[in-house]
Amino acid sequence: MIDNIDLSLVDWSRAQFALTAMYHWIFVPLTLGLSFIVAFMESIYVKTGDPEWKRITKFWMTLFGINFAIGVATGIILEFEFGTNWSSYSWFVGDIFGAPLAIEGIMAFFLETTFIAVMFFGWNKVSKRYHLISTWLVAIGANLSALWILVANGWMQYPVGMHFNPDTARNEMINFWNVLFSPMAVDKFLHTISSGFTLASVFVVGISAWFLLKKRDVLFAKRSMIVAGTFGLLSTIFTAFSGDSSARLIATKQPMKFAAFEGLYDGSHGVPLLAFGVVSNQPDTSKNYLPEIQVKIEIPNLLSYLAYLDPHAFVPGVNDLINGNPKVGLLSAQEKIERGKVARNVLKSYKEAKEKKDLVVADVLRQQFDDPKFQEQYFKYFGYGFLNDTKSLVPNVPLSFYSFHIMVFIGFYFIILFGMVLYYTFRGKIDGKRIFLKLLLFSIPLAYIASQCGWLVAEVGRQPWVIQDYLPTVAAVSQIDASAVQITFWLFAVVFTALAIAEVSIMTKQIKIGPKKEGEK
Amino acid sequence: MKNKLCERMKGILLKIFYLYYDGFRNMTLGKKLWIIILIKLFIMFAILKLFFFHDFLKSRFETNKERSNYVIDQLTK
Repeated sequence: MIDNIDLSLVDWSRAQFALTAMYHWIFVPLTLGLSFIVAFMESIYVKTGDPEWKRITKFWMTLFGINFAIGVATGIILEFEFGTNWSSYSWFVGDIFGAPLAIEGIMAFFLETTFIAVMFFGWNKVSKRYHLISTWLVAIGANLSALWILVANGWMQYPVGMHFNPDTARNEMINFWNVLFSPMAVDKFLHTISSGFTLASVFVVGISAWFLLKKRDVLFAKRSMIVAGTFGLLSTIFTAFSGDSSARLIATKQPMKFAAFEGLYDGSHGVPLLAFGVVSNQPDTSKNYLPEIQVKIEIPNLLSYLAYLDPHAFVPGVNDLINGNPKVGLLSAQEKIERGKVARNVLKSYKEAKEKKDLVVADVLRQQFDDPKFQEQYFKYFGYGFLNDTKSLVPNVPLSFYSFHIMVFIGFYFIILFGMVLYYTFRGKIDGKRIFLKLLLFSIPLAYIASQCGWLVAEVGRQPWVIQDYLPTVAAVSQIDASAVQITFWLFAVVFTALAIAEVSIMTKQIKIGPKKEGEK
Repeated sequence: MKNKLCERMKGILLKIFYLYYDGFRNMTLGKKLWIIILIKLFIMFAILKLFFFHDFLKSRFETNKERSNYVIDQLTK
């Protein structure tokens, strides 16, 4: 199978999806977090009646509006790509994607578009309370929209609640609640939205720091910092906890991804956590072509503890997952490939028997396919049957390792940063801390870097799978002309870059104008 | 009673209409954003979707059975 596939088509399709998803993700986290920050600010305005809070709310609402307008519908392009570039995948996932995405579309349309109009056009036209409710509903709606796409993504990382139908080649949902409340989906949702809250909080404290550096709108800036600093601190701590829970789940459900981003090649009991390391850019031929990790700072037993809540637990490394480890019940990758090939052959024989109208053989094969033992021992490894080389099961180690460590490092940096923002603001010393204010301003890009790194860990780390263990990326791609994908890749690059430039320039202009006085247009 | 209800409904609909009408009319920055949104949607649907992003399976096969057979062939070849 893998020999028949144009790998440049796979690479260009992957590059295009990565480009569009990463650009889309520039806009989304700010929408998720800023919507709640604006809702908090407006709640304070309604509670206190202080017009300064209304001015603060309206300023951040304008920036929210710019980001929302420029980012809206950029995610639809991903759906275009599913149908064109990833048709086998789209067919294979069946209802699992259809249902959550349909719910997302309906919720996004009704909740966001209806209440966003009240939020922007409704000042002085509807009651304060109704306006506030609309602002909260926009925030909740935006975050619930993210839920459905993350549920779909969670299913791809840990497929549950479905049954593969060999007649249609589609996965059919047998339990919606298993899909919705899959631990992977729940962790992914909580970790993703809380990281969006963190990014938006860094954005607000960074812009507020700029106002303080310019000695402009000081009360506005300090009040914004208190709201965003508090929200940011709580969100970042929550992000750390949800990330920890997510990593624990990955350790059991996607152990290769876990081993890659932790830089663990040889598993053992009581594994240390690699807090820092430098990955060689040359694959080491003596170590299964894995790049050597040179400079290491390790914390004893911590990885075993974080993965299994036991400092002496066994954590498998890349080599254990490739070669197998009977002592801990790990099958070798070669054995999984053989079992996957058996599952594919049964599917092929079933189709051929149906075509020849040999109903007796077809019936026997269908029963074999539906047998829980066959499902557990063979179909579970269906995706491995597409692969020939066990090395193709290892994701890009340097990219996974660095993305993960950069994300975690920046996350902990933000906890300290928000703590200091609150300390200096409540002590009334923030104006005088000019170096710290500059640090806040220049921390804004770090939030975007950490956010993108998070997706790199999730999506690069799960390669070669598009659906974990069931469908590898090479088998998911449509047989189309690679040049068509190249053309649209560059078209997207131009369009999205233009949108990003528009976002930055309109926002910068609006920030320079600053918060408006009541009645000012 | 029915007339009163009709009047009330009419009042609500008018309020909603004027919320949007006045909102759009008094937009300053919003006009620029709407232009960006419309250009973006035009590029996405009138150029990209129309010329580059045909649904692969829908455009090549008429029935779901044909699509299933094609995907099974791809999965087993």
